Amino acid sequence: MSAFYQLDFEKPLSALEQEIAEAQGRFDREFPSRSPTAGLAPEAALDPLGSVTMLDPQAQRLLARIAELRESHRRQLAEIYGKLTPWQTVRVARHPARPQTRDYIAMIARDFAELHGDRRYGEDPAIVTGFARIGPHKAMIVGHQKGKETAEKIACHFGCAHPEGYRKALAKMELAAKHGVPIVTFVDTPGAYPGLGAEQRGQAEAIAVNMREMSRLPVPIVSVVIGEGGSGGALGIAVADRVAMLQNSWYSVISPEGCAAILWKEANEQTNSAAAQSLRLTARDNLSLGIIDAIIPEPVGGAHRDPRGTADQVRQWIVQSLDELIRKPVQELLDGRYARFRSMGSWLEQAPSAVAADPMPAD
Amino acid sequence: MTKTATRTWQEVRPQRRAAIPEGLWLRCPGCARMIYRKHLEANLHVCPECHHHYRISAAERVDQLADAGSFNEMFTDLAPADALNFKDLKAYKDRLIAEQIRTGSSDAIKAGRCFIKGRQAMVCCLDLTFMMGSMGSVVGETITRAIEHATPDPALNKPGLPVIIVSCSGGARMQESGLSLMQMAKTSAALARFDDAGGLFISVLTDPTTGGVTASFAMLGDVIFAEPKALVGFAGPRVIQQTIRQELPDGFQRSEFLLKMGLVDRVVHRSNLRTEIARVIDYTGK
Ligand SMILES: [Zn+2]
Repeated sequence: MSAFYQLDFEKPLSALEQEIAEAQGRFDREFPSRSPTAGLAPEAALDPLGSVTMLDPQAQRLLARIAELRESHRRQLAEIYGKLTPWQTVRVARHPARPQTRDYIAMIARDFAELHGDRRYGEDPAIVTGFARIGPHKAMIVGHQKGKETAEKIACHFGCAHPEGYRKALAKMELAAKHGVPIVTFVDTPGAYPGLGAEQRGQAEAIAVNMREMSRLPVPIVSVVIGEGGSGGALGIAVADRVAMLQNSWYSVISPEGCAAILWKEANEQTNSAAAQSLRLTARDNLSLGIIDAIIPEPVGGAHRDPRGTADQVRQWIVQSLDELIRKPVQELLDGRYARFRSMGSWLEQAPSAVAADPMPAD
Repeated sequence: MTKTATRTWQEVRPQRRAAIPEGLWLRCPGCARMIYRKHLEANLHVCPECHHHYRISAAERVDQLADAGSFNEMFTDLAPADALNFKDLKAYKDRLIAEQIRTGSSDAIKAGRCFIKGRQAMVCCLDLTFMMGSMGSVVGETITRAIEHATPDPALNKPGLPVIIVSCSGGARMQESGLSLMQMAKTSAALARFDDAGGLFISVLTDPTTGGVTASFAMLGDVIFAEPKALVGFAGPRVIQQTIRQELPDGFQRSEFLLKMGLVDRVVHRSNLRTEIARVIDYTGK
């Protein structure tokens, strides 16, 4: 699964992974009749009341060995992921096998009715929109899509939306609001696209208008940062009543590389890492700063190792949040949303007179 | 505790700093002519020869925009905090104190009530001389308070005020990270309520206005004015160049370009700014 793309801090596991694969291969070769149960879940073969008792001792030993290796792998993986640095978290958030908006739609939504286009300029595949059902709720889903295969990645500009993407998002959210349908957004972008056409067509205006309008849409809005929450491009679909981040996602005013290039004058492994640290961009940081309301846990080793397990958690949080929000009268909902963003920031407040209490001699 | 340790920027009270370098004569970046400083100042910091609009500080902007003596500064009790304990090559704390001492301002904004050609208004001016006019919590909070203060409320028999925001900014302030980012949502949400209440917001874009400031309140004006040749955009030209790997067309992201793209209402010469603002206030007034 991660064979084609390995994060450097996962390298210590590669020897172990190879050993598991070899043992598994040997088992499949030597006990071909048992191989269907061998697959990815040797636990099934080890079921004490099941087939394992029928195996010869050599097969049992081999299966036990595989189980032992897997347990060791799981423990080491948990240890590595238990102490990811902020920069390592960014790398996990960008893992090519990490589930994207369309994956979540496939895993948690039913009866998805995709809707295209901004009715003004074009269709931007970097933002996916459409009606869907999630648990007991109808919803309008809006999410960044980075793309998986090369052609899709290029069409999606790697998840960097153009103004038409943001305007499409708003048009569909307004459609939902008109018909009383709650909105669910998935945030996963390095940032809004920085290019000629984007500027010509008013990238800044598109994002600004989205934020203004989302703040007053009279239906519940919930957002989940599923991967990258890059600056205004992320916030342009994330002015919501409840915002959650997946455990290994990031959300910040600028990417670590962008920040390092400006403040450290150079982006390299070391400065990127320092910038990621300073930016306080992890889910835990954002929770403590009051920017998000919840952290959605990922299975051991990150969402890319277990997309379904991750999707289950995401669905649970969305359904539970919508359960609460749909009960609120509209004005209470809107006041709550306003208050949520109104309270953000950190500053000192002092009466101007307090400064004069200990005056310095005038120069 | 020594006295120096407790000294704050406000106690140091330096001379107000201008955005333009010192000296009797200045070489104009627009036409390369030597301009006598006094002439420049008398001409609203616009080159009398080529009309190059010099960058000016928030204090100078307020002086230019408001009727003499009418500016009543508000929200001055707000000061930046370093909630993230941010450190790059320099600690944000130290950077703030250095900027405060250098500029005599608490942060990158001045806001308050004033009259413009006799019309009362709420004015906010971003200050490029303070950390490139970047928006952190104090800028966002000041703008939000100004908007809320100016929002009409019939229930309280409060008529409200037109809001004028003069922008010049490098964008959201990196040193406050997510908290800066959220100021974009906060100010935009305040403008939604102001809009619902029927308020008039005139946004004035000056050189340069980029990033998170452009992508929030600056582009949300009911009417948007831009000073001639001001750089206005979402992404900086360098970032765009690195992304698309081609030369940017002449005048790209300048006011006149935005006008042509339909993104601003008018390009307004600095000497006409008061008149144009007053005119729109009159047209939209009840
Ligand atoms: Zn000149």
